[in-house]
Parts: sequence; C-alpha cells; structure tokens
Amino acid sequence: MEKKTMDLKEKLVSSFLAFENNVDVDHPVHDIRSEAIKNFENKGFPNRKQEAWKYTSLNNLQKIDFSIFPKKINALEYKDVKPYFLHEIDTYKIVFIDGIYSSFLSETTHEGVDICLMSAALRKPMYKQVIDVYFNQVASKDESLTTLNTAFSKEGAYIYIPKNKMPKKPIEILHFATGNEAALLLQPRNLIIAEENAELQIIERHQNLTSNEVMTNSVTEIFAAKNAIIDYYKVQNDVENASLIDNTYISQKSNSTVKVHTFSLGGKLTRNNLNYYQNGEYIDSTMKGVTILGNKQHVDHHTLVHHKEPNCESHQDYKGIYGEKSTGVFNGKIIVDKIAQKTNAFQQNNNILISDKATINTKPQLEIFADDVKCSHGCTIGQLDEEALFYLQTRGIPKKEAAALLMYAFSNNVLESVRIPELKIRINKLIASKLGVQLGFDL
Amino acid sequence: MLKVNNLHAGVEGNEILNGINLEVNAGEVHAIMGPNGSGKSTLAAVIAGKEEFEITEGNIELDGEDMEDTSPEERAHKGVFLSFQYPVEIPGVSVTNFMKTAINESRKARGQEDMPANEMLKLIREKSELLEIDRKFLSRSLNEGFSGGEKKRNEIFQMAMLEPKLAILDETDSGLDIDALRIVANGVNKLRNKDNAIVVITHYQRLLEYIVPDFVHVLHEGKIVKSGTKELALELEEKGYDWIKNETVV
Repeated sequence: MEKKTMDLKEKLVSSFLAFENNVDVDHPVHDIRSEAIKNFENKGFPNRKQEAWKYTSLNNLQKIDFSIFPKKINALEYKDVKPYFLHEIDTYKIVFIDGIYSSFLSETTHEGVDICLMSAALRKPMYKQVIDVYFNQVASKDESLTTLNTAFSKEGAYIYIPKNKMPKKPIEILHFATGNEAALLLQPRNLIIAEENAELQIIERHQNLTSNEVMTNSVTEIFAAKNAIIDYYKVQNDVENASLIDNTYISQKSNSTVKVHTFSLGGKLTRNNLNYYQNGEYIDSTMKGVTILGNKQHVDHHTLVHHKEPNCESHQDYKGIYGEKSTGVFNGKIIVDKIAQKTNAFQQNNNILISDKATINTKPQLEIFADDVKCSHGCTIGQLDEEALFYLQTRGIPKKEAAALLMYAFSNNVLESVRIPELKIRINKLIASKLGVQLGFDL
Repeated sequence: MLKVNNLHAGVEGNEILNGINLEVNAGEVHAIMGPNGSGKSTLAAVIAGKEEFEITEGNIELDGEDMEDTSPEERAHKGVFLSFQYPVEIPGVSVTNFMKTAINESRKARGQEDMPANEMLKLIREKSELLEIDRKFLSRSLNEGFSGGEKKRNEIFQMAMLEPKLAILDETDSGLDIDALRIVANGVNKLRNKDNAIVVITHYQRLLEYIVPDFVHVLHEGKIVKSGTKELALELEEKGYDWIKNETVV
C-alpha cells in the first residue's frame, strides 16, 4: 500500500515535465506553477496524521491509476446532458468535458463583463494585468492539494465583472466526465473577480457520466471588491465513483457580501475547503450547506473565516442528514484578530443520523483575540423527533413521508436564502428525491 | 363508535393506564378530567396510536374493529384526529401545503384521487373563516413562531379540514386567553354533528362552559374513578381534585 501511495504522487510530479511542453513557460504564472510543484513534491498528499485530515482518508483514491491528461477530446450532445443544466432559465455556461473546454456547450461573453476561460486569460495579453494582480493571491501557497492544482493550473473558468456591472444572467460552471479514461483526475482552476459594486451569481456542478472513476481537485479564487455581491452555489450530486476536493478561497473588501451554498447530495468522497479572508470592514461572509448522504458516502466540510478587520459578520449554517454507512465531518474554524473588534461570528451545525451505522464528526474551532465580539457556535447530533413524527402521522401522513417532511423542514433554513427561484425548486426536488419520497406538493 | 375495554398501557414497564373502560357513541361529547399525571394525555395518545406506549391488557375498538397493530396514520385515515397540547413546528411547509398533503394522503389511503385544487381552495377558505383565521396565516410555516393561541386555533382548523369521525382534543384550552378560547370553542361546536364524536381532555372546567359535554369522566391514577353528566365538572371545580382522591381512598 505504501508503495502505491507513492505512485500517484510520483506520477504527478513526473508528469509536470510533460505538462510544461503544453504551456507557456515564459508566462509569470509558470514561475508560480514551478514553486507549487516543489511544495507538493515536499508535502505529498495529506494524510490522517494531520489534524485537518483526521477524518478523511485519501489512501484509497491514491491507489487508483488516474490519467492526468485525457488522451482524446470528447464531445457530448446537449440533449444528453441537459438535465444537469439549469435549463429552466437562460444562463451563461462555461462547460468542460474531461477537463477540456467545450465551446459547443458553452455560452460565454465579453460584453461589458468577461465570462470565459482561464486558458484564454493566461494566453491573451489583454488579461495579463488582471492575472498578475489576482492569480494565486488568495489561494494557499502551502496547502499541498491547492499547490498541486496550482502546479497544473491551465484551464477553468475566468470571470471578471468590472465596477458597477452585473451579468445579465447567472453563470453555470459545469464539468462532465465521459468515462473515456478508466480513471481520470481533473484539476480545474477558477478565477472570479467582482470589482466595486459588481454583482454575480454562479452555479458550479461536477458530473461523472459513467461508472468510471473520477477525482477532481479544484481550486477557485474569488475576489470581492467594495460593495460587491457574490452568490455561489455548489451543487454536489455526483455519482458514487466521483470524488471531489474543492478548495475555495475568498478575499473580501469592505461592505462586500459573499454567500456560498453547498448542497452535498452525492459523490463518493467530497472535501470542501472553504476559506474566507475579510480584508475590510462591514463585510458579510455567509456559508450554508445541506448534506444528505447514504451508502458509504463521505463529505467533509472544512470552513475557515479569518476576521481581520473590525465590524464584520460571518454566518455559518450547515445541516446534515446521514443514512446507512455514510460519514460526515464539519470543522468550522473562526479566527478573530485582535484588531477585529465588533465582529459578529455565528456558526451552526446540526445533524440527524437516520442509521445506527452513520457517523458525523463535528468540531468548532474558535480563535478569538479581540475582546468586543459576538461569537456563537452550536453543534447538534440527533435523531428524528418521535413526537413530531407522531404529530404528522396523526394527520394521516405515513411515517416514511412524515420523516421526509421533517428532514426537509430541518434543512429548510439553508434553502431560504437561495436567490435563484428555479435553482431553489431544483434543489428542493433533489432533496425530496434523496429522501426517497413523492410529497403531495412541490416543495 | 369508540370502545375502550379494560385498557392497561404504559411505557417501559411503567403502567400509566390501569384498566380504562370508555364508550363513546356518534353525536356525543365526552370530557375527560383529572389532575396532572392522572394519564389523560397518555389515554389520548394511545387512542391515536402512539407506538411508544405498550398495551399490556385490554383493547381499543373503533366501529367494532380492534385497533391493535393499526398505525397512527391508518387510524387517521379511519377518522381519528388528535389535537395536540404542544403542536409541532414544521419550518418551510406552509399551513396550506401541509393540509393539502394531509388530505390527499387520507384520500389516497381510501382509494380516492387527489382533491382538485379549486375544491381544496374553497374548503380552506370556508374552514379558515369558521375559525377566524387570516389568509396570510395560511402561507406561514406550520406552527413556526405561532403564539399559543394561534397554534390551538390551527389545530382546530386542521380538525375542520379533515372532518374526523372521532376528535380528541388534548388540553386545547391551555395557553388560551378568553377571546381565543371562545373562537376555538365556537369552531368545535360548529363541527359537532350527529355523526361524529368529540373527546375533550382538560384539567379545568373552563372549556366545558363553551363546549358542553354530554358525559364527564374523572381520571385518577390511570383509571376512570367517576363518571357523570356536565354537573360533575362543576362539582369538581368546586371541590377540587382532592375530593376525588379522598373518595377513591375511602
């Protein structure tokens, strides 16, 4: 096992030379990549001896012989993948098939805003200034999986919304895996910048279309300037041989609002590293999640909010429902610097275990150095309320439907703040189907 | 309609009901009174089918059919309704949607189609007027942030919507001010007819001034120790429960 573990790391490190043949090594970004591969080579994959990875093991994934570069370019018909789009409304779409951009399925724009590709942004001189200022500025230069992604960063979504602009419609970022490779490793790299007073909505989704193994190690950097508003929705409902490590880094300036909703309803192993850095005053950082798992699925939510300036807020609300042998982790870290007086930081993580074999590990981590702050955190783990079930049953609602209704009610707080109505309906339906019921009305 | 025969029931070996006999016929209103801890709410929950309680002896019959192994939802489909002392909050599910689900689940169980939307709306309008319920109230999440009075009024609204054969009202008067009590009682009275029966469970005589019972039973230590007509309630109010307790001892 030890030898195999070495293999994926070695394979990645040695692939870097081949990778270099296909990128512009004179671009300043390549210096960043070269630094990053060194860091990954030193550190390797995280393991369970590290506190941050105590409950999530990547050992089994490392035994899989992943292809790092897909051998051929694949096409998909829109009709075959339509259900994965929020097709009820018009959206911008940035679509990747096996990690390669699909112009056929995408709808990008340069009208007043840039909603396009990282590869184009890295290649074209007109984007160089933005890349120089923002690329890899908030992403960790130390965390091994982030640096692994940085080393191979080449493709992903590039979104730049100038001052006072708002795209006409939400943006969907979709990744499809076609199963052309027995096992495929994907490393998308997204850069999202909202300048002063800009506003945008993003929906991100990863979908494996076959039963072949897929692992995605994604890094997204988000910059919200003064008064910017960003809503980011992560729909994680992949099949059970798809694993996702999502590393999202958010830098906020004064009076900005960034809300990330994470709906973890599928996949084999999912790790969400969601990191907020508050670089200004009167910032609102909100992260919410609904997790519903069964079988042997595993989701690990690791959040970090670093309050670096006074008068800011952060809100965390994660609900989890765990069935069968599924496992969940919630680790919420809040750092309040000494200077960050009048901080309001709230954290809530509530879980329901609907099976004796399901597990949740939940841990708040508060490091508070300021003395005039309001911080609260609460974790609960429980079963469905028997009295509530009985109440619904006495109204004629069968036990199974009653349980689903209660679980729906339990996760409702998180759904309330979804600002795209069609997405909210979709998520509601996904949740209802995860709970295995047809209710008498559209939730 | 309802026959409770020598019912012994409890939870985890603790017997709470010690041989209850009760017969309720269509068109009747029965009041069950008793001090705290006498088993009133347990009796209500056992009739509604709460699985937590184990029946160790005796049985419950509804229209001649033994209710053993009948789930709470099946009892609801047969026309049993329980108004809760502490109704449960369901965030994200409006009163209207909740009622639609409840009614259509019962219809499904009876082999009927879903109630057509216009019919449902008409029914909701009619019944909400009966209980002086504001339209806005119906789009709020079920019981979430409701006052005590709103919760109880909503319970009776549900009863009006579901039109049960047998309604058990568990401490419906607790937490109500006099105006709310009047509205709730009026609602119940309008729902009374020759085909249904109502069992009112209460600690105080107050509610019985508004919902006048045909029979009053006094429960003490899991047993009906005295039965009579509405005058018994007045006598109880006057003499207090100690009177019953002392009499039982004698």
